[in-house]
Amino acid sequence: MWGKKIKPMRKVAVVAAASRQEEKMLDNEVEMMVPLITEVRTKTGLDQTDIGFTCSGSSDFLAGQAFSFVMTLDAVGPVPPIAESHVEMDGAWAFYETWVKFQMGVIDTALVYSYGKPSPGSLQDVLSTQLDPYYIAPLWPDAHAVAGLQARTLLEQGIITVDQLADCAVRAGTVESREEYFSQPMLSDPLRKADCPTYADGGVAMILAVEGKAEELCEKPAWITGIDHRIDAHHFGVRDLTAVPSARLAAEKAGVHDGPIDIAELHAAYTTQDLLLRKEIGLPETPNHSQRSYSIKADTLMASGLLRIAEAARGIWDVQANRALAHATAGPLLQQNLVCVLSGESN
Amino acid sequence: MTEISVPSSLDGVEPVQSVRTPIRMEYTFTPGVAAQTYLREFANKKILGVVSPVDGAVLVPPRGADSRHGALCDEFIEMPHTGHIGSFCVTNVPIPGRELDLPYISAWIFLDGADIGFLNLVAECPPEECRIGMRVEAVWKPDEEIGMTAENILYWKPTGEPDIPFEAAGVRGWHVGKEDQTNA
Repeated sequence: MWGKKIKPMRKVAVVAAASRQEEKMLDNEVEMMVPLITEVRTKTGLDQTDIGFTCSGSSDFLAGQAFSFVMTLDAVGPVPPIAESHVEMDGAWAFYETWVKFQMGVIDTALVYSYGKPSPGSLQDVLSTQLDPYYIAPLWPDAHAVAGLQARTLLEQGIITVDQLADCAVRAGTVESREEYFSQPMLSDPLRKADCPTYADGGVAMILAVEGKAEELCEKPAWITGIDHRIDAHHFGVRDLTAVPSARLAAEKAGVHDGPIDIAELHAAYTTQDLLLRKEIGLPETPNHSQRSYSIKADTLMASGLLRIAEAARGIWDVQANRALAHATAGPLLQQNLVCVLSGESN
Repeated sequence: MTEISVPSSLDGVEPVQSVRTPIRMEYTFTPGVAAQTYLREFANKKILGVVSPVDGAVLVPPRGADSRHGALCDEFIEMPHTGHIGSFCVTNVPIPGRELDLPYISAWIFLDGADIGFLNLVAECPPEECRIGMRVEAVWKPDEEIGMTAENILYWKPTGEPDIPFEAAGVRGWHVGKEDQTNA
């Protein structure tokens, strides 16, 4: 029965990661990714010919160019030819595809990367194009306005309070204090600037390896003990905006509740979404350890989710955490959710 | 087509068969370091290539990385304005949006000293005389029309010098230092 948690057949670990985010980069996508891909290959001593599978995530809507990911392969170097795949999604889903490929037993090592460079265009407009093409997208609602719909529903139903938003903003570092939070004018009422993301250009590269190989490449591999992704309805008119059943289910299937979580790296672009995710995944509202970085402070469409996995792995490598959760989201208002549990122990 | 039943109030109304939702998005292109350096010098009638740090192959025009190996190339080199034809195609049908006299020749031009080619037009040459290995030189736009654009060179014309041997024409970058991994 699929209802029961299926033990992964092969143990796979994150063994190296590199990332970079800046508000506006003058490098093109290739120049941005070469140093990151080079860094993870150097760290592990792997040549591209040693890597079994390469998988990436990005969006042509950000680049403003068809098949833009093909050009970014210049940063990988597909000579001699490589086994490669791409998802038009956050790199966390490229990570999932790669994990499945490991389970198929056809690879022992993999390179996963993703990137987003929203600065050449208008991300607010790009995000509008992911909405229902007949009834919503032609109205061009901006992302903050859509997030505001969810925020007001949550506030007026008393599921979260404005005080909680203020505390969350302080925790994420978008403001120094509650006073500063409340002094901000409304940006997309009921959301203030401190509740909304700052967009950044950036990318992430990562090497994965199977048990037996991972230990050779990394002193303390960050083992994937569970991973799952689920989707809610696309048209948010049919969704209860005060709940995220897909995040709840993905967390359950990834085995989040099988043990204590030391670090939770959540991909939340808004304070409201941070609070909602904590509730759905069953995490404390005030975590013991803060995230290593917050998407709300630097959100890179297509890379923020994979960056959460990289940060969770860094928590394991630094022995800051023994068990870390990474979450990624895509689509409007937390429509799709991926949850991954990493552990310092392979069992 | 599937039969669709509609409320009787819509009887006789012309059916909607398509919906138009125009999308327009504007971008400010970020060329990156390599393309920017290349285009700035191209506006000064200089052609720049980059040198691969892996095997010394000369790549023109620069794209930021040696796309065979994923290695950044930051060493620029000025190229001559002469080269040879690596391959070519004669087009006999008009293309919408392009005002070119038919037939016209598009060719892969390999600059002297370059290991990869690029696409450009060849003119002042009857199509039946065009051949792989033929030596050509750049014909630039008038100075006052030159800018940071790939359109600076109008076309390439034959120099009249002897051809380079057929076997030596075309893709060479793959051979440099890696005889066993050639794609040619």
